[in-house]
Amino acid sequence: MKKLINSPDTVVDDALIGVVAAHGDLVRVIEPNVVVRADAPKAGKVGVLSGGGSGHEPMHGGFVGMGMLDAACPGAVFTSPVPDQMLAATKAVDGGAGVLHIVKNYTGDIMNFELAAEMARAEGIEVTSVVIADDVAVKDSLYTAGRRGVGGTVLAEKIVGAAAEAGADLATVTALCQKVQDNVRSMGMALTSCTVPAAGKPTFELGDDEMEIGVGIHGEPGRTRMKITSAAEITSMLATPIIDDLPFVAGDKVLAFVNGMGGTPLIELYVVFAELKKILDGRGITIARNLVGNYITSLEMAGCSITLLRLDDELTKYWDAPVLTPALRWGL
Amino acid sequence: MISHDDILAWVRRFAAVVTENKTYLTDLDSAIGDADHGINMDRGFSAVVDKLDGLADPDVGAALKTVGTTLISKVGGASGPLYGMFFMQMGGAVLGKEALTLEEFATAFEAGLGGVLRIGKAEPGDKTMVDALIPARDALRAAIADGASVGDALARMARGAEEGMLATVPLVARKGRASYLGERSAGHQDPGATSTHLLLRSAAEVWVGR
Repeated sequence: MKKLINSPDTVVDDALIGVVAAHGDLVRVIEPNVVVRADAPKAGKVGVLSGGGSGHEPMHGGFVGMGMLDAACPGAVFTSPVPDQMLAATKAVDGGAGVLHIVKNYTGDIMNFELAAEMARAEGIEVTSVVIADDVAVKDSLYTAGRRGVGGTVLAEKIVGAAAEAGADLATVTALCQKVQDNVRSMGMALTSCTVPAAGKPTFELGDDEMEIGVGIHGEPGRTRMKITSAAEITSMLATPIIDDLPFVAGDKVLAFVNGMGGTPLIELYVVFAELKKILDGRGITIARNLVGNYITSLEMAGCSITLLRLDDELTKYWDAPVLTPALRWGL
Repeated sequence: MISHDDILAWVRRFAAVVTENKTYLTDLDSAIGDADHGINMDRGFSAVVDKLDGLADPDVGAALKTVGTTLISKVGGASGPLYGMFFMQMGGAVLGKEALTLEEFATAFEAGLGGVLRIGKAEPGDKTMVDALIPARDALRAAIADGASVGDALARMARGAEEGMLATVPLVARKGRASYLGERSAGHQDPGATSTHLLLRSAAEVWVGR
């Protein structure tokens, strides 16, 4: 394992010190390891918070700031944070209008957020939760933990954060988050594994000429392992199940998000975006908005994910609204 | 009777067993999960042991609750809430007692199992820690009905957990990350059922011959 770390035990804490050193104008870190918007709580504003295991940077801490998240709870690498963090975050961002928890659909995240929401309600804070589960690589059935929360989370945090910034109430913000979940689908692929610092060895083994289609953001196995092929074919293997699942149809306007897993250069992400544009054009689907870059990563994994969100005027308006966070900023 | 010191000795023994088996549990988890079970359990129980060192209150229930709240505060992931609720609910069932009869221990165990079922929503056969806990509970109940000694009853409880753990091997996971694998999860022993077996075996080892 070769990593730029001091020790596997301190990597999350050390990185948070760096985040505050670089972005102290936007965020602060409170005990026990919660990234909070510098000006929180804002009286009368719904608080929006998320959290999850570390290793997916810039998600979630990089999305704390004006027009997006009010707080983020980073857990150990690839391990859900603890309820104490979500409770402290909930209290820190509660401006009296209630707090929305955006939860990615993983067993640990669900349980810890559920305990935290119970504790916050017991202290008199109104809390709602929306679960993001957008990974079409996983069968959604009673016999699985359900679809994983992946790229759709980034889009939900941006859109919902903008609505909260504009003064929407808790019920409206919650319904909007559910609307994003209902209209977003994703799928990812890996060219190489990631290595969890505390584990010290790759999470899975892939041959030099192999790729994993449908991989999760923690290196969970996907649908198939196969020989690597062209970007055009790989993009089709990701986009087709996404399009067919919702389904996205001719005439739809979408936000197309091509995300890097952490170890893939931007030049390759743009190659994928070009292929995605061809596929969507061929289906009569319009890319009205886009996002290309590393926003929900899996440590140093090479690979990408594609996320499509069906847009309407409301979602587009909040996507376009100003945002000022360490990792996303526009409209200012 | 099971004393306050006995309970602390059990938890300390398990913490040491987790450290010894950290790599084993993580390896089991890397086959069907996300390769962190041993790491998370070790982090949690190391924190628990630190907490126990400062525990002066003779209340067994309070001690068990402290174990539970510490796990919930320190572990994260799925094992934090699951093991945390197990110990918290165990403690809640015997709050105020300075020693437990075997029957009271079984009542506490039942409450702990209830906590795991409530937060985890798993059913028998889902390939989780529940598949070790339920046969262990049944074996403990049967041993009590037979008039077994504390040591024998706990040994039978641990054997029940071991049988349940081994029975998870052919199962297809329906909860947790392993469920993403579908049929590919069959043929692997569940890491949560394995740590549960180690937990209950630790109790049997500490209280052997009683």
